[in-house]
Amino acid sequence: MGSILLFLSILAIIATLWLSRQGIASKPWLEQEAAVVLSDLPVQPADPTTIGLRIFLAVVGSFFALFISAYAMRMQLPDWRALPLPPILWLNTIMLVLSSIALQGAKVAVGHGERVELKASLIAAGISALAFLSGQLVAWQQLSDEGYRLAASPANDFFYVLTGAHGLHLLGGLVALTRTTEMAWRVPVPERLRLSVELCATYWHFLLLLWLLLLSIWLGWAGRFIDICRQLLT
Amino acid sequence: MVDVPLGSAGVVTAPDVEDVELYHPHSWVTKYVFSQDAKVIAIQYAFVALSVGLIALVLSWLMRLQLGFPGVFSFIDANAYYQFVTMHGMMMVVYVLTALFLGGFGNYLIPLMVGARDMVFPYVNMLSFWIYFLAVFILVASFFAPGGPTGAGWTLYPPQAITSGTPGGQEWGIILMLVSLMVFIIGFTMGGLNYVVTVLQARARGMTLMRMPLTVWGIFTASFMALLAFPALFVGAVMMLFDRMLGTSFFMPAMVEMGQPLDRNGGSPLLFQHLFWFFGHPEVYIVALPAFGIVSDLISTHARRNIFGYRMMVWALLAIGALSFVVWAHHMYVSGMNPYFGFFFATTTLIIAIPTAIKVYNWILTLWRGDIHLTVPMLFALAFIVTFVNGGLTGLFLGNVVVDVPLSDTMFVVAHFHMVMGVAPILVIFGAIYHWYPKVTGRMLNDGLGKLHFWVTFLGAYAIFFPMHYLGLMGIPRRYHDIGDMAFVPPSAHTLNAFITIVALIVGATQLAFVFNLFWSLRHGREAGGNPWRATTLEWQTPETPPPHGNWGRDVPVVYRWAYDYSVPGADQDFLPQNQPGPTRATTGAGHG
Repeated sequence: MGSILLFLSILAIIATLWLSRQGIASKPWLEQEAAVVLSDLPVQPADPTTIGLRIFLAVVGSFFALFISAYAMRMQLPDWRALPLPPILWLNTIMLVLSSIALQGAKVAVGHGERVELKASLIAAGISALAFLSGQLVAWQQLSDEGYRLAASPANDFFYVLTGAHGLHLLGGLVALTRTTEMAWRVPVPERLRLSVELCATYWHFLLLLWLLLLSIWLGWAGRFIDICRQLLT
Repeated sequence: MVDVPLGSAGVVTAPDVEDVELYHPHSWVTKYVFSQDAKVIAIQYAFVALSVGLIALVLSWLMRLQLGFPGVFSFIDANAYYQFVTMHGMMMVVYVLTALFLGGFGNYLIPLMVGARDMVFPYVNMLSFWIYFLAVFILVASFFAPGGPTGAGWTLYPPQAITSGTPGGQEWGIILMLVSLMVFIIGFTMGGLNYVVTVLQARARGMTLMRMPLTVWGIFTASFMALLAFPALFVGAVMMLFDRMLGTSFFMPAMVEMGQPLDRNGGSPLLFQHLFWFFGHPEVYIVALPAFGIVSDLISTHARRNIFGYRMMVWALLAIGALSFVVWAHHMYVSGMNPYFGFFFATTTLIIAIPTAIKVYNWILTLWRGDIHLTVPMLFALAFIVTFVNGGLTGLFLGNVVVDVPLSDTMFVVAHFHMVMGVAPILVIFGAIYHWYPKVTGRMLNDGLGKLHFWVTFLGAYAIFFPMHYLGLMGIPRRYHDIGDMAFVPPSAHTLNAFITIVALIVGATQLAFVFNLFWSLRHGREAGGNPWRATTLEWQTPETPPPHGNWGRDVPVVYRWAYDYSVPGADQDFLPQNQPGPTRATTGAGHG
């Protein structure tokens, strides 16, 4: 359970830093005499969706950290046989990186008010994300052709479930991206569009990071990291 | 917030505060069925959760009938008994307590108490309820599925949960249970995001974090915890569903089932226990923290006294929330874990007692020399403190490895967790309903019926669960359909079991008085007015009662003080509402209506 504890510790540090700036040590019972003047009262920051997405990402992060914890625990058992990674995963990774870069481009474009670039980047991001998902399906096909089917060994089970969960999250993101792309054609209000593009970009970067993390675990690069986590607990 | 000096800047009146765009319902269906108003959603949540609670209550009756009078009721065979136990546990913990505290009270109270017009994502909020409803529907459907509901115990431990010896294991029961849990978690995540973001982003002007009532703090912290803990159950459920449906071996070891070797290779049942309790322990506090918060407000209001140690109360809530994520393995002392693990988890478990004790002391010091009004909500709040201390003390027994090992899987454990996370939070739920019902409906609940309900429930709960500690100490195991005539079981244990059953029937039946009261008072209750308890928090200051859509009429409130200005020396009344400007402000002639 090292991964999830590490993940939660990071969240706890962020939460503590944030709380420390919220006057968590103030003495509200002494304030009534100070008769706060309204203009001194802090105005609440505006946009709830950005915060909403960040918290949602914390939930998704927790979900995958738990899966990775389970994976790490299962790996320790003696019958663990890792499965070979199909080379197409590298191509898929490039596609996902491109998708993320395209959305970053879209974010810059919407900031500068450049409609044409924005539309092009959004479509590029969508196509490369679809390419990633198709590539993942091909990888599944190749693996099962070689006999590495679901239910054949625990390593396979984890591979299919984790890639599947990651893919489903991207698929959900694609729904949002489609709506944003549609907005780029229709909606004249730049503010709503800007927000939408930014949210998509954040989500995409998160999923890219998550994918790189998963890949590094399958490649064994994260093995030492997992060892450290495990030692923290034992 | 830092201490704010008296500034000379101009006063901003309420209309200058930025307002939010509100969704407006156009038909009866969008107003009352697919409503996006948090208050309607809250009532929907509460109604469904209380209904599930009644089903779970009846299940507990059935199981008590078997334990009290074994063999008398022939329809309660071993399978049925396990199904009743499992469904009672899962329903009460997840579908009643969690849904009622967060979905019910969270939805009703968060926007009103922080001075918002509604939740920040009303549409998602509506989806959250209907997905919860779907989860309940799937769960209840398992009663009618072939083979009936799962009888795996509420902890659903594999491999037994998905093998053929367990009711529902190779039929529909376990599948429906897992799917229902997953659906519930998806729905909860939608709601939870709303509760957290509303507290973070939609507070009225002046409502700093440290001016929020502790109820909001409790629900906020619990929602955040639930958002991070429920994924553990989700991951466990996904993996078990794969094991059951697709033949994977996440949790299934190589094993022989009914003489036949299974086609599985080396899953880890222990892995599920880790995942389950990584959710399961925070879940205890997901239920307890809102209860802590609500009790703080009830006690302060009904003892006309500011809460003692507000800051400590907030810090303790946060500390308990954080610590509850590092104690999960104390549920697994007998799973053959490394003894050093046990030592670590026993230590963290005992550390939680510190912030919890701080809260108990602060409640008592709030009561000390207070002007205590023994209203029905106050009675329930006081009963909570006593019950929670009782349940908490036996928790100290079970948190220690050496004491836990002999007590593990006995009725002592059942008594402990029912006291601490069954009876105690339910008492708060009752207290909170008696307290906020006048705001929700505009009428008071009947006081006499309320007192009858309180005394029977409170004394009855003790008559049920106190003797169970004794049974547990004698070694009577839990989860047994029939303990039979073992040498170590004296005849008095059977008498005690029969006694417990009779009390359980009486206490359960008394809940009907409460249900009757809820409906009867809707029409015949005494008119409550806007603020019958003379409370300070914002929900009692709405221009209309019950608050209409949008809560505040034209102007959203502006907050000038914390939530606990009771019996302030020199003030005109014995309470100062949060949206009342301070005395200094009043003399400058600036005010807010």
